[in-house]
Amino acid sequence: MIREIRPALSLVLLFTLVLGFLLPVGFTGLAQLIAPLQANGSLLRVNGQVIGSALIGQNFAGPGIKAARWFQPRPSALSGTNAKGQTVATPYDASESGGSSVGPTNRGMIDHVMARIAAYRAAYGPGRVPDDAVTSSGSGLDPDISLANALRQAPSVAAARHLPVVMVRDLVQHLAAHRLFGVIGTDHVNVLKLNLALQGLKAR
Amino acid sequence: MTLHGLGYIGLILVLVFGAAVPLGRYIALIFRGEITFAAPVERGLYRLCGIDPARQMGWQGYAIALLLLSAIHALLLFAILRLQYYLPFNPQHIPGMAPMLAFNTAVSFTTNTNWQAYAPESQISNGAQMFGLAVHMFISAAAGIAVAAALMRAFVSGGLKTLGNIYVDITRVILYLLLPIVLFSAILLLFSGVPQTFAPFATVHTLAGGAQTIARGPVALQEVIKELGTNGGGFFNANSAHPFENPTALTNLLEIWLILIIGFALPITLGHMIGRKREGIALFAAMGLILGLAMLGDYAAEATNNPILVHAGIMVQPGNMVGKEMRFGIAQSTIFNTAATGTSTGAVNSVTDSYTPLGGLVPLFLMQLDEVAPGGVGSGLYGMVLFALLAVFVAGLMVGRTPEYLGKKVQAREIKLAMLAILVQTMFILAGAGFSLLTKSGLGALSNAGPHGLTEMLYGWTSATENNGSAFAGLSANTPLLDYGLGMAMLFGRFAVLIPVLAIAGSLALKPKLAMSSGTFPTDGPLFVGLLIGVIIILGGLQFMPADTLGPLAEHYLLSTGNSF
Repeated sequence: MIREIRPALSLVLLFTLVLGFLLPVGFTGLAQLIAPLQANGSLLRVNGQVIGSALIGQNFAGPGIKAARWFQPRPSALSGTNAKGQTVATPYDASESGGSSVGPTNRGMIDHVMARIAAYRAAYGPGRVPDDAVTSSGSGLDPDISLANALRQAPSVAAARHLPVVMVRDLVQHLAAHRLFGVIGTDHVNVLKLNLALQGLKAR
Repeated sequence: MTLHGLGYIGLILVLVFGAAVPLGRYIALIFRGEITFAAPVERGLYRLCGIDPARQMGWQGYAIALLLLSAIHALLLFAILRLQYYLPFNPQHIPGMAPMLAFNTAVSFTTNTNWQAYAPESQISNGAQMFGLAVHMFISAAAGIAVAAALMRAFVSGGLKTLGNIYVDITRVILYLLLPIVLFSAILLLFSGVPQTFAPFATVHTLAGGAQTIARGPVALQEVIKELGTNGGGFFNANSAHPFENPTALTNLLEIWLILIIGFALPITLGHMIGRKREGIALFAAMGLILGLAMLGDYAAEATNNPILVHAGIMVQPGNMVGKEMRFGIAQSTIFNTAATGTSTGAVNSVTDSYTPLGGLVPLFLMQLDEVAPGGVGSGLYGMVLFALLAVFVAGLMVGRTPEYLGKKVQAREIKLAMLAILVQTMFILAGAGFSLLTKSGLGALSNAGPHGLTEMLYGWTSATENNGSAFAGLSANTPLLDYGLGMAMLFGRFAVLIPVLAIAGSLALKPKLAMSSGTFPTDGPLFVGLLIGVIIILGGLQFMPADTLGPLAEHYLLSTGNSF
């Protein structure tokens, strides 16, 4: 037992120094050199100002007519505590992450989804609602919506911005990502990139 | 279910199986000391640590060294977590962790569990992630593989008193196996968008005119060892669902591959070590069959949407998207979670708590089968060998032959030790979950009512005992009952299996190596694979049938008749 103390202890300390300190410091230096954009979080800049990360979703909710001008992301289940210690919804607060952790028979979840279905139909018209539009994601920061969801939102966004519907639809199709080799990935659109491109559109 | 999803399962299995065969051979060379490209580094390490690489250790030596190494390392992590405020690389000024949570976390990472009772963004500094958690991810993985190496050597020849040198095994596994794969894959993840920075959280002005704070840190490196070492402790709370841990469908594919690759390579290694490749392939086939079926089952369950929500007006396709990420969809979410619970990884790229009842049952059941499909790195292989010993014992009883496995006689001592390892785990899972549900504190930790609440608690105890770390995340696990209780479950789940395994290795090593004869029950054909899977399901799974019936199965029937809670 005693003779094992020195090797065990020094192995732990030495590996902590090498794998826990030298390796990550060295690798971070390399990362900053070869891929500084990705290494720092794929931040997007517009006119020098950082407006978000290409990989992290953003909140586009707002009072009525203002929200209608943007494509809406998926619901985010994130919450935090306010100054009074109450729990409040903090959708797309990327200083945290996580899903709602409610089960399929949870009445609260079902009520939420039903309310969202009603709101979605009020905003974008009747019919069956795409799953992703009314269910919260795993990270609470999902940057994407399904192509079907984006195309359903397009006419109403076009109307709010006084743009021809076909122009907005073309933009969605242009920015959509598709399944690779028929199996890897899904058909989806990044909401932040879509909304950013939307700002540049002008009616001809 | 769609053809794309089925094609994806095929793609994963082809990529993993294709690479496992050469990698298994390579690992055998590492165990035999024939890989030496970093020999000077190795020698330097041994000299600094006072290790004599030529010293041979018996099974007790392995056990003592392993316990000591784990105890020292757990204490070090406990200290790092408590003192992280004063340590470097803490740009967010995160305070020291409370003692109860620090105990749970230190035990969790020492035992290769990586149960996350904490929220990393606000409770763990970059420094504690790097020199606390990440180092454990390397060493606990290497320790598991070292035990598997010791067990394999027991079958090599007869009359062996020693099994190797555990320090050499751990060092070689880290230098020659883990580090090269980690460095290569970390660069791939980095270019795909996984951050690697010491900068504080970014604050941005959003397009809609708000402000957003974005957590980031040195993620890429840790992400790889998290999957490769079947650890599972995410840099972020959302684990591999977080876009910074797993930004694209391609990184998701790579991460699933990393989770499975060593687990499937080790049975091939066993075949090479004992010089009978078909024996390794038989274990490999049993692992692959169970995992393949589980992937199909979980995908089928999640591709069937929640009937209550369909009735309320959502589309039937693609399936249950609650708690899943759009870039992965149904198939690529369920396959990730199945891979992570078939191994001891426990990483998630979607919220298991929000899966349909049967979709949640599959990962739960994979863990309850003692994680042998293909299991954690090292622990999966030795778990599978335990079941193989039991399978030849059962076969021996049926036909009246003396059971032998890989040329070693299997006797009462080995069977008792193997059953002990399996029963300790069952006891912790069922007694732990049952007791917790009798207490007020346990009930208060649930976030769902009805049978789903029972599943939440059962899943937590299963995950901790099996050293998995996956969670039905609605369980508020940071309470005294669960922090200490699950901590004990993790300790017993790891060491009450490891030590019997080493004892079996010691006892088998001493026995003479028998030649194959006409009286030997062949353990390298389809008949044995079928028997082995049967034993795994009956001995590993059946005792959980009543509990699983009250949880996920009851919920399934209630859901299909439109009930909610």
